[in-house]
Amino acid sequence: MRIVLLGPQRTPALNAVVRSMDLDGRFATITAGWQEREPDDGELDDQLDGNAVNLSLYTRWLDVLERDPEFAAAERRLRTVLDDVQEVYLLRLDHGLRAVCDVQLRGDAGPLKEEALTEAVEAVRTLDEQHLQRISAVHAEFYDRWPPHDRTVIAQHREAVARLLRDAAALVVTGGHVGVLVTAMHLFNVAAALDAPVIAWSAGAMALTDRVVLFHDRSVQGAGNPELYGRGLSLLRGVVPLPHASGRLLLDDAQRMSVFARRFAPARCVLLEAGTRVDTDGDGSCPVGTRVLDVDGRVAVLEAA
Amino acid sequence: MTSLTMRGQAAVSHKLAIDRLRERRNLDRAAVDRFLGRHEIPIVEGSRCTFLHRGEADEVRLLHRTVGLPGDLPFARIDGTDLWFVVVELPEGSRFEYQLEVAIDGRRDRFNDPLNSRLAHSPMGSTSVCYARGYQTPEWTQPHPESRPGELIDLVVPSRALRRDTNVSLYLPARFRRSARYPLLVVHDGDDFLHYASMRTVLDNLIHRLDLAETIVAFVNPGDRLVEYANSAAHGRYLTTELVPSLEEGFPLVGSRAARCLMGSSFGAVAALSTANRYPDFCASLILLSGSFVFTDIGNDHGGGPAFEPVVRFVNRYRAAPRRVVDRIFSSCGIYEPLIIPNRSMLHTFEGAGMLVRYVEARDGHSWENWRDRLQEGLSWIYPGPQKYYYE
Repeated sequence: MRIVLLGPQRTPALNAVVRSMDLDGRFATITAGWQEREPDDGELDDQLDGNAVNLSLYTRWLDVLERDPEFAAAERRLRTVLDDVQEVYLLRLDHGLRAVCDVQLRGDAGPLKEEALTEAVEAVRTLDEQHLQRISAVHAEFYDRWPPHDRTVIAQHREAVARLLRDAAALVVTGGHVGVLVTAMHLFNVAAALDAPVIAWSAGAMALTDRVVLFHDRSVQGAGNPELYGRGLSLLRGVVPLPHASGRLLLDDAQRMSVFARRFAPARCVLLEAGTRVDTDGDGSCPVGTRVLDVDGRVAVLEAA
Repeated sequence: MTSLTMRGQAAVSHKLAIDRLRERRNLDRAAVDRFLGRHEIPIVEGSRCTFLHRGEADEVRLLHRTVGLPGDLPFARIDGTDLWFVVVELPEGSRFEYQLEVAIDGRRDRFNDPLNSRLAHSPMGSTSVCYARGYQTPEWTQPHPESRPGELIDLVVPSRALRRDTNVSLYLPARFRRSARYPLLVVHDGDDFLHYASMRTVLDNLIHRLDLAETIVAFVNPGDRLVEYANSAAHGRYLTTELVPSLEEGFPLVGSRAARCLMGSSFGAVAALSTANRYPDFCASLILLSGSFVFTDIGNDHGGGPAFEPVVRFVNRYRAAPRRVVDRIFSSCGIYEPLIIPNRSMLHTFEGAGMLVRYVEARDGHSWENWRDRLQEGLSWIYPGPQKYYYE
């Protein structure tokens, strides 16, 4: 599947990208990450030369919550369980990353320190993996008990979304709230109905991946621990998109960035800054010139093999 | 800690505006007028702040309640003029509240500084305030045109525990939806937080900036504050068995321990802690601002007067057998207030009991603006906003 990841679109470059891809027809768009502002997509439509068809996933989601109160209540319970799971994971993660940091700060470099560091990072990787499995299990149990295709309202929306996607020349996914995007795209089964190229940026790019990594080093409370949120649509594997990387990450802190890159290796941590365009095909391959975090914690540019 | 000092005790390296004025010959009324017209009063020059008063007087004093400074600070008169001054060294980032006392013919009048338009307000009235170099009113405490306002609704909650009807202002965040579920924050001295700490504006802004989760906030008010907030069983019962259950019945609240937080300043902090101590299964978090956690290690000379007796008994008991009553505590105190020592002491008590504590000190006093300025850090730590989820 052809996937194009873009940097944030404050200065829109979408029109030029679409023209370069030689796409013809209507574009399905997902602006669910904007939540209440989902319908405010006039500028996006302009960029697509008036050919946008908004899938309105957020509006559909609200409709499900309103018209299927039983499912809505179950979904709220699921959210509570997931919040608990995330909280416990973050507690453990904090300790794990502190151990990594303490080892990094310890004395001179040497084989013992490098070995200890590798093991400390490995412990965090194990924790990340266990967390993903736990979240997947919670989701699996939920969907087992509440099969979406058996819920009339959801099934109707799924069908409508699939119909719109069938006729689309491409799918365009904007940024916003990545959790809302992932939830809505899963619920309405976007991945299964998709057979067209995808253009996505910011939270939209993150939602396409197999592991959604949240990060913010410049919050009110200081640098937070990058954390796994869960699985995205898995249309794009082996890539951790980093939108607004220079604004959100302490890129000058090589030790911190090194741990970031090592945690998620062999996936590539790809910087998506304003003006970035990365053409990929879903298996994580990235073109020459792509800017990534390397395991030494520096920003590197991919070169020809 | 850098102490606050009067001039003469600190090294003076640059000539102050007031000294340049004093060196002038023929210092007449017009020259003083021009001087006052040229400067914002108090004059802040580096860490030194010059306070001024103009008028005939026998004596002028700077009144304050700042720990570390000598008591009332006497002004000196500039020869041949009716201009009085005192220079005080205030460390960077300080907020300093004060009033003037002027003695004329045996009469002493106390009032705010007429040359300074900056005032701090509280239920006790207003005081003048000096912003030392580096202090800036946080912009998130001021109304922002893009912040969507939440709604405040007035509730009357009858209380058998308190034997009175209680008035509660309930804040519902902008974009409030019945289908969502919100965490709850209960704020003691609620009306005062709304009036003197701009808390409605702060909530609107912090939620808009994604620093704070969308939260329902109950602003509660005391009857007899010194009784209800001083480790009162009735108050604890009111919160846990009357107010919060009724809110959870009528509004879309998460309704679990993890999504409940009690907040208070001064005696309000005692009310929050003592309630959590009585009902450790009730809430997971506390925000304690300049808590009146007065205690004694020996004897009974706590210096707080009769109102503090039940507080001292409670804090002494708690310190003798500390236990985990919540998961997380955000605690703060002003460096210039007498409660700084008890608050620093409680930090170790809380941590020793296994609670996660974030403790913050400010170069400020026991004041509403101090508590206002701590809200971003405290609220966003207890109920972090969804910033980490947003990638536009």
